[in-house]
Amino acid sequence: MDNLLSITTFLPALAALILAVFLRGEDEAAQRNAKWLAFVATSVTFVISLFILAQFEPSNTDFQMVETREWLLGLQYKMGVDGISVLFVMLTTFLMPLVIAASWDVTKRVKEYMIAFLVLETLMLGVFMSLDLVLFYLFFEAGLIPMFLVIGIWGGANRVYASFKFFLYTFLGSVLMLVAMVAMFAEAQTTDIEALMRHQFDFETFSILGVQIVGGFQTLLFLAFFASFAVKMPMWPVHTWLPDAHVQAPTAGSVVLAAILLKMGGYGFLRFSLPMFPVGADVMTPLILWMSAIAIVYTSLVALVQEDMKKLIAYSSVAHMGYVTMGIFAANQQGIDGAIFQMISHGFISGALFLCVGVIYDRMHTRDIDAYGGLVNRMPAYALIFMLFTMANVGLPGTSGFIGEFLTLLGVFQVNTWVAMIATTGVIFSAAYALWLYRRVVFGDLIKESLKTIQDMSLRERAIFAPLVVMTLLLGVYPAPVLDMIGPSVAALIDQYDIARAAFDAAHQFAAN
Amino acid sequence: METIILFAPLVGALIAGFGWRFISIFGAQVVSTSLLFLACALSWVVFLTHGAHDHPIGIMSWIQSGTLNAEWSIRLDRLTSVMLVVVTSVSALVHLYSFGYMAHDDQFRKGEDAYRARFFAYLSFFTFAMLMLVTSDNLVQMFFGWEGVGVASYLLIGFYYRKPSAGAAAIKAFVVNRVGDFGFALGIFALYLLTDSVRFQDIFEMAPELAQTQLQFLWTFWNAAELCAFLLFVGAMGKSAQFLLHTWLPDAMEGPTPVSALIHAATMVTAGVFLVCRMSPLMEFAPNAMAFVTYLGATTAFFAATVGLVQNDIKRVIAYSTCSQLGYMFVAAGVGVYSVAMFHLFTHAFFKAMLFLGAGSVIHGMHHEQDMRNYGGLRKKMPYTFWAMMLGTLAITGVGVPSVFFTLGGVPLGFAGFLSKDAVIESAFAGTAGGYAFWMLIIAALFTSFYSWRLIFLTFYGKPRGDKNTHDHAHESPSVMLVPLGVLAVGSIFAGMLWFNSFFGHTDTVGKFFHIPYAEEENRDAHGTDHNKGDDQADDKAAGADKEKGKDKHHYVFTAAPGEGAIFMAPENTVLNDAHYVPKWVKVSPFVAMLIGLAFAYLFYIRHPKWPAKLAENQRPLYLFLLNKWYVDELYDAIFVRPSMWLGRFLWKKGDGAVIDGAINGVSMSVVPFLTRLAGRMQSGYIFTYAFAMVIGIAVLITWMSISWGAN
Repeated sequence: MDNLLSITTFLPALAALILAVFLRGEDEAAQRNAKWLAFVATSVTFVISLFILAQFEPSNTDFQMVETREWLLGLQYKMGVDGISVLFVMLTTFLMPLVIAASWDVTKRVKEYMIAFLVLETLMLGVFMSLDLVLFYLFFEAGLIPMFLVIGIWGGANRVYASFKFFLYTFLGSVLMLVAMVAMFAEAQTTDIEALMRHQFDFETFSILGVQIVGGFQTLLFLAFFASFAVKMPMWPVHTWLPDAHVQAPTAGSVVLAAILLKMGGYGFLRFSLPMFPVGADVMTPLILWMSAIAIVYTSLVALVQEDMKKLIAYSSVAHMGYVTMGIFAANQQGIDGAIFQMISHGFISGALFLCVGVIYDRMHTRDIDAYGGLVNRMPAYALIFMLFTMANVGLPGTSGFIGEFLTLLGVFQVNTWVAMIATTGVIFSAAYALWLYRRVVFGDLIKESLKTIQDMSLRERAIFAPLVVMTLLLGVYPAPVLDMIGPSVAALIDQYDIARAAFDAAHQFAAN
Repeated sequence: METIILFAPLVGALIAGFGWRFISIFGAQVVSTSLLFLACALSWVVFLTHGAHDHPIGIMSWIQSGTLNAEWSIRLDRLTSVMLVVVTSVSALVHLYSFGYMAHDDQFRKGEDAYRARFFAYLSFFTFAMLMLVTSDNLVQMFFGWEGVGVASYLLIGFYYRKPSAGAAAIKAFVVNRVGDFGFALGIFALYLLTDSVRFQDIFEMAPELAQTQLQFLWTFWNAAELCAFLLFVGAMGKSAQFLLHTWLPDAMEGPTPVSALIHAATMVTAGVFLVCRMSPLMEFAPNAMAFVTYLGATTAFFAATVGLVQNDIKRVIAYSTCSQLGYMFVAAGVGVYSVAMFHLFTHAFFKAMLFLGAGSVIHGMHHEQDMRNYGGLRKKMPYTFWAMMLGTLAITGVGVPSVFFTLGGVPLGFAGFLSKDAVIESAFAGTAGGYAFWMLIIAALFTSFYSWRLIFLTFYGKPRGDKNTHDHAHESPSVMLVPLGVLAVGSIFAGMLWFNSFFGHTDTVGKFFHIPYAEEENRDAHGTDHNKGDDQADDKAAGADKEKGKDKHHYVFTAAPGEGAIFMAPENTVLNDAHYVPKWVKVSPFVAMLIGLAFAYLFYIRHPKWPAKLAENQRPLYLFLLNKWYVDELYDAIFVRPSMWLGRFLWKKGDGAVIDGAINGVSMSVVPFLTRLAGRMQSGYIFTYAFAMVIGIAVLITWMSISWGAN
């Protein structure tokens, strides 16, 4: 199959189309059909994506399974995967059936709900696979819309504020990126990402209004992309949309947001910022490392005092994404390996944690930490699973959470010991807020009247967690499948980056002499 | 065989944790305990038969990224095998003991009997993590075990999950340990940066080079060896509850008593000592860091002993005692006599586990009463427990015949603690020229004797105090709990004498035991200056020479290069040798200190039981200072916990709320009222319209851009 990537990408959209056109009615049968169709479609997508994994050759650092076509207005449709993107594709297809299964109790506008998630999957897969600037931009921006709708329609009480905050933040970043893309096209005369990665953008230092721009054009392009990716990550201080969005989003929305959508920022840095604007990245590295370190400490401290479970986990996500940006801009093998690993692992762990919140939210309809306590008395299975993911979240060795954290810190220590030290304090804070949350919700005697009849997890709920448990533990003790997959591509990326930086340094010195 | 030792507890944990539904709770207990006894038996076989350190036993690859290669593998040398024996023996006995101790527990209600299976699963899991720690061949696997035991400890301290105090203690233990782990992690990063490896062997071989290297860390340059040694020691401080990071250990007594015996006395808390000994090749090149270790160890020994004097909870007394004894071990390691540190670790495991299990037996018999003020006169009711506690106390206070008076073939006669503690004190004298550490340890020995005897007198002598009903129903524990006490008693009596020469004999016997190459010293005056290094056959040659000419006549020095042998003592490091030639008064002084402590305890708690209260009244500030553990907890609460919470709230409300969102809202303030008005009558249909408009907008924008630029 030479259009495997396209099939994977558009299969969910096709299912959405079928739902939209053929499914009529709001009765129970129609709802059930919508759920099953969505579940089957996402599952089949996952199975097909396994073929991508099977065909993928890790030692080859070029793009693989590339498809190129012409489409409207002379634009190019180009898809492909390399070691950096292939695992994000897998993460997406792996999680989506679980997300659908976790939404089984939705009763409001089920058809539209399923359509939104199916379209969302297509758009997310498109982001990770597209090899053309315009195509990427389309997927990247359009991905906002279904998420925007999910929060706005199926969200909590304050959903409109949250969805607009989410939308404004991310959209403002995107506008700058669009301008940069136009400028890139103007210089390179191509929108092909492969070609752009080989293109050397001008890095002659110049000044605007008396301000000297070291790295010149590249730095400006870098900053424009940075505005968009930093919001998506989200990096401190543009992270405040995330807690609100999470709090208002339905469980499945939170899972997708934390597990997949946040990874687009990190992916963007690796696909665009480092390879295309190495000089700009080099110039901005100290700033980004410090922002990451601040993010880790700042958001961990804020997480410590949260009263809302989802907010706490949302802030913890921001802290974990701090490790990712730090690792990426450490720009060495351990740093970037760790960053990618951290993103994949965070996909499982944060997804699972939001599902954990969802389990009790479905029962009690509150996310207030104080409304719980002593759940272990009636929900031992839940207590066990929540404990596992709490420990994974604090980066316990033996879970996948450790590998990413450890590698990124190891990577950044080689670049900047201050940042590494400050970021390492995160291991203390994360233990404090995560265990404090766990204690207040799960431990203690069960005295609250409202909780006296709460039921432990159902078979469906256990089945949803099972794959996440397996992945978290498996990658914790045997991370080789991931590290081997990404290693060569990351090495190639670093080589290219180092060469470009060396060229810049040489030019700099030449200019100085 | 090593692999079976390592994984048997894990299998036991999984079976007990998940399989009890199929094999019954009792079956789960039996299976996990049997597997532990199997591991224990094999460990002794390994301990008695293994040879010099050879190639690590690989299990599986783990983290591989660039030049970083951390594997799952087993390093087997004397350090490992000593720890294997300690860990599996104590663990197996504690498993057995728990059959009785955990049989009935008021904390759990009807229908919650599965807590027993869970308890055994946690114990076995802990043992697995501890074995991973001690068998590790690289720093990262060690870190795995290090944090793994932390989690097991967290779960077991919080085992009585209904008790709020248990939950708080569990979190405190984990978080304070994480402070230590923070240092440990930085140490690993620094060593990797310097040596490009996390394997012990590579690091050891580069240790001399590190001592010559400067590393930039934070604001300035540091000597690389000193910095790494210090950072790793911060990890050790956390795990081994050394002063400043000790606050979690007394609180950890919230866990069931078998847990205190296994984790918070015999094994996990000694991991820090093990780490320092394991890293001895690095430590030998970091004299300043080692001086710090010595000072801090001595301070901890003294500090914890003072607090132990006035505690009333029987388990807390023993907990502070543990803290204090760990300080002794660090002093020995700090002055460069790692074998003695291991010696005290080894003997301490026996008698301290026994003291805890004995205390557990008392608590069990007294229906979970832990306050010693409510004990008294229990000697008759619990004769076996009494004798076990008595032996443990004789061991910890250091009862024996000082070697200046009598030795048997070079080995002094005495209980285990006597031999190892005297070894530590003599080493401290030799290593610091009779300085701070030595005197702190002597004073601590006096206090140790006092609080240990106080415990015995308050518990077993005098008249019964407290609730009469409880005393009437006080009973001896079942034999399943007494058998482990008996086994540990044997260890507490003989472990010191049996292995005295191996850990604290002359250079040749220690060298043989730890597989450190050594050679006969040709010229005493020029010692440590000119020796053949790293001669592989030195071991055999010297051993042969030893047989021919008899013992004690020759002087040997270590000739190992870093990385040879289980521990490394530099050829210039003569403390082990010097410790045998300290003045006589030094050798007698711990014994004297012990007697003074005993005398005071006798006076205060047997002869004049009114005195303690009077003294506490007269010296109220001092008493409160000690009773409140030097106010360290209060201090930390004021300078770390509260400010963190305050800062968190400040950043949340002011940082996120006022500044960041404020700025953003400022920009969009004109939009928001419009939005809220819109929201009032917004139907979802509008949202779809919005979304649709957005797609169209983007598409149009892009198309226009591409075409207009493309046309140029």
